[in-house]
Amino acid sequence: MGFLTEVKTLIKDNIRDYGMYIALVVILLTFTIMTDGLFMSSRNISNLLDSAGYIAVLAVGMTLVIVIRHIDLSVGFAAGFLGAIAAIFLTQMGVSVYITVPAILIFGIVAGLFNGFLIAQLGIPAFVATLAAMLIFRGALLRVTEQTGTIIVNDDKFNALGNGFIPSLMEVNGLHLLSLIVGLIGILLYVYSEFSNRRNKVKYKFDVPSKGIFALKLVLVSAVIAYITWILAGYNGFSWTVVIMLAVVIIYHFMTTKTVLGRHIYAVGSNPEAAHLSGINVKKITYIVFGSMGMLAALSGILFTSRLQSATTTAGTLFELDAIAAAYVGGVSSAGGVGKVTGAIIGAIVMASLTNGMNLLGVGISYQYIIRGGVLAAAVIFDVMTRRKRG
Amino acid sequence: MSEYILEMKGISKEFTGVKALSDVNFKVKKGEIHCLIGENGAGKSTLMKVLSGVYPHGTYDGDIIYEGEVQKFSNISDSVKAGISIIHQELALFPDLTVYENIFAGNEVKRGAFVDWNQTVVEAQKMLKKVNLKVNPETLVKDLSVGRQQLVEIAKALSKEVKLLILDEPTAALNEDDSENLLELLKGLKQEGITCIMISHKLKEVISIADKATVLRDGQTICTLDAADGPISESIIIQNMVGREIKDIYPKRPNKKIGEKILELKNWSAYDVELVREVVKDVDFHIKKGEIVGIAGLMGAGRTELALSIFGNPKSYKVQGDLLLNGNKRKFTHTRDAIKAGIAYVTEDRKGNGLFLLQDIKSNVSAANLKGISSNGILNGNEEIKVATEYKKSINIKASSVEQNVGNLSGGNQQKVSLGKWLFVGPKLLILDEPTRGIDVGAKFEIYTIMNQMINEGLSIIMISSELGEVLGMSDRVYVMGEGRIKGEMAIEEASQEKIMELATH
Repeated sequence: MGFLTEVKTLIKDNIRDYGMYIALVVILLTFTIMTDGLFMSSRNISNLLDSAGYIAVLAVGMTLVIVIRHIDLSVGFAAGFLGAIAAIFLTQMGVSVYITVPAILIFGIVAGLFNGFLIAQLGIPAFVATLAAMLIFRGALLRVTEQTGTIIVNDDKFNALGNGFIPSLMEVNGLHLLSLIVGLIGILLYVYSEFSNRRNKVKYKFDVPSKGIFALKLVLVSAVIAYITWILAGYNGFSWTVVIMLAVVIIYHFMTTKTVLGRHIYAVGSNPEAAHLSGINVKKITYIVFGSMGMLAALSGILFTSRLQSATTTAGTLFELDAIAAAYVGGVSSAGGVGKVTGAIIGAIVMASLTNGMNLLGVGISYQYIIRGGVLAAAVIFDVMTRRKRG
Repeated sequence: MSEYILEMKGISKEFTGVKALSDVNFKVKKGEIHCLIGENGAGKSTLMKVLSGVYPHGTYDGDIIYEGEVQKFSNISDSVKAGISIIHQELALFPDLTVYENIFAGNEVKRGAFVDWNQTVVEAQKMLKKVNLKVNPETLVKDLSVGRQQLVEIAKALSKEVKLLILDEPTAALNEDDSENLLELLKGLKQEGITCIMISHKLKEVISIADKATVLRDGQTICTLDAADGPISESIIIQNMVGREIKDIYPKRPNKKIGEKILELKNWSAYDVELVREVVKDVDFHIKKGEIVGIAGLMGAGRTELALSIFGNPKSYKVQGDLLLNGNKRKFTHTRDAIKAGIAYVTEDRKGNGLFLLQDIKSNVSAANLKGISSNGILNGNEEIKVATEYKKSINIKASSVEQNVGNLSGGNQQKVSLGKWLFVGPKLLILDEPTRGIDVGAKFEIYTIMNQMINEGLSIIMISSELGEVLGMSDRVYVMGEGRIKGEMAIEEASQEKIMELATH
């Protein structure tokens, strides 16, 4: 097989997976051209990623919820409420940030498990159960912020989560050294893992892609990591939000693709009855997925509160729908069993890019909504069409 | 116009490689009750689906001549317009609507653009009178017994001015009284000139009610018996139903070694909370090491329910009685427990609750035993490919690679994937539910061969099957089930198709 034909079949076979990457690149290029390069500037990209952070972590959790054929509408106000609790802990109760953050995450897990209880144990449809939870969290958020109104957070360490950057060590030609090092380490780890994967496959005597394709992939992905690093290092380097977002993706990606738990989640989503007959505890999986969703909602609340440096009475409004949209743009299927964590992040970045790019271009808010709606519909249509072709 | 209201001539229907009907001829005279008989899978339901337009014109070969004209139904509503109504085994009523709403659902009594509910109730009462059902038309259908619901279905058909009424096993879920009632009603309808085709497994009913009976076997018309030529007897029907000779498609198992009892059930009953009835009643059952035990019976006899009640009870039946595994009393509360104890269950509905159709072969093979390809919860993807590839070779799954999606495989290969999945668990007792349903002959033979291999490796197999040939060809011992009970048990030497049918239909 020639190199080009191999590339062609690779793209044809994986068009569903590559689709959103291609869409993202198209969107980035379009905005870059239309804004004369302003869109791709270090400062803008850094802002864009930071503004995507709190939706992106929700989208990761939401993807798994949708994979097991449920939905969680409560995450927006759960994030808002838990963010407010974090603010209260830090300001009114004087709890240290090192205790506040883990405590809020645990609260999130508890809230998620409660949804899980209603859905798995009592068999209440997730739509209704989480709608109820959404109303409750909304009320609770108003309750705790009613007297004070907006709660201003002055804790620098906490606020750094949404606004700060990793230390720079020193600047080299205006680039932040530590960020460069982090990027380099990323590339090295990536290359190493690809090589060890390939070596393992060879050990099992499996077919591996030709050396050309392998090299192309290595170069391409490394170049992308290098480029992003270079862009970010030109402004303030990696922000803590980006670091947290990356950590969430890496952990969840590993969990979903390489662990028994991940396999069980996709089995339950793909065919719950067959999963039960295969000895998988469907209830337990439902609990775990909703628990994780709750934890990520708490994380989202922390990121948002810290980004605004305050907890507001309306924090979290419509986060859930943004997260659901991001998950669908990222290729999750409501029929269950299909959808990737990496897709969710790309989906969130696509949606954030649209908002950001259109803001730069001065597109009116009315058109922004319409265009974002169109992109969501297009993503789902693409998904349905490619699936039909296969089936 | 001829005396026949319906003539089906040379009907053939194929499902991707499997011939369901081949050159079937079926004639029904006006105003008669004509029974359609045959084993499961003989093609009865398919034939009726062709007639009622479920399979539209063009997807089958042959002609349907109804009321003297060749009909080309392209969907069900075409056949309904022509006066053909079919009442399926699973009733198609809306449980949360009232009786009168159900009778006129899809056929509303209108005045102008609006539904005239008062007139609907009046009309509904007329229909209820016709079927002899004394209920308030405002009752919700879910509050009626199954027998009465059946009558509502018939009333619904009558409201559409039905000329040809098709009933698919109308008495399967009814008790004696309700059945009696229904048969009387059919006789009454006959007086009014309504023609009736009834699919039934209960031969006594057939004998008591049929003017004619047509027997189908393996998708072919075998014979039509006419009550006018002398009474139809059960033995003639059974002979015609099973008549095929058992061909040599069942591989021999030379050195049988049958050991100790591995599983035993005593006074085993299971109550289905949702259906509100006992699905397994007082079953005494055992299987020994190295044995293939066949469980024969008709659909709805409680065989699958029995299997599920053993296999960790996933449907949460209320189970009573004792289950002894290797002589020890055991109780499984989840399928996981049963799997751990060495029991595996290959479902009859591989697409519905057996396989993960969107996933590839390797993930399906490993799904019930991820421990086997992981350590500390971390999967070893390469090990998984290796294991799946080994099964692909050893049980001959025809696919380009183990990364192919299971949804795109043929029925036979899907079944092999199911088998592979459960063999990878390393079971001691394998329960196969209809292991060869919808599979071509070649693949059947392969599956039988795999079964024999498994037995040689010391497994025991419970084989639930509606195919008598398979039961007789493969089993060492046969149980016959009916209405949730064990109706009989016999060693293979004593078993015959006629004996089994006899037990199953009583």
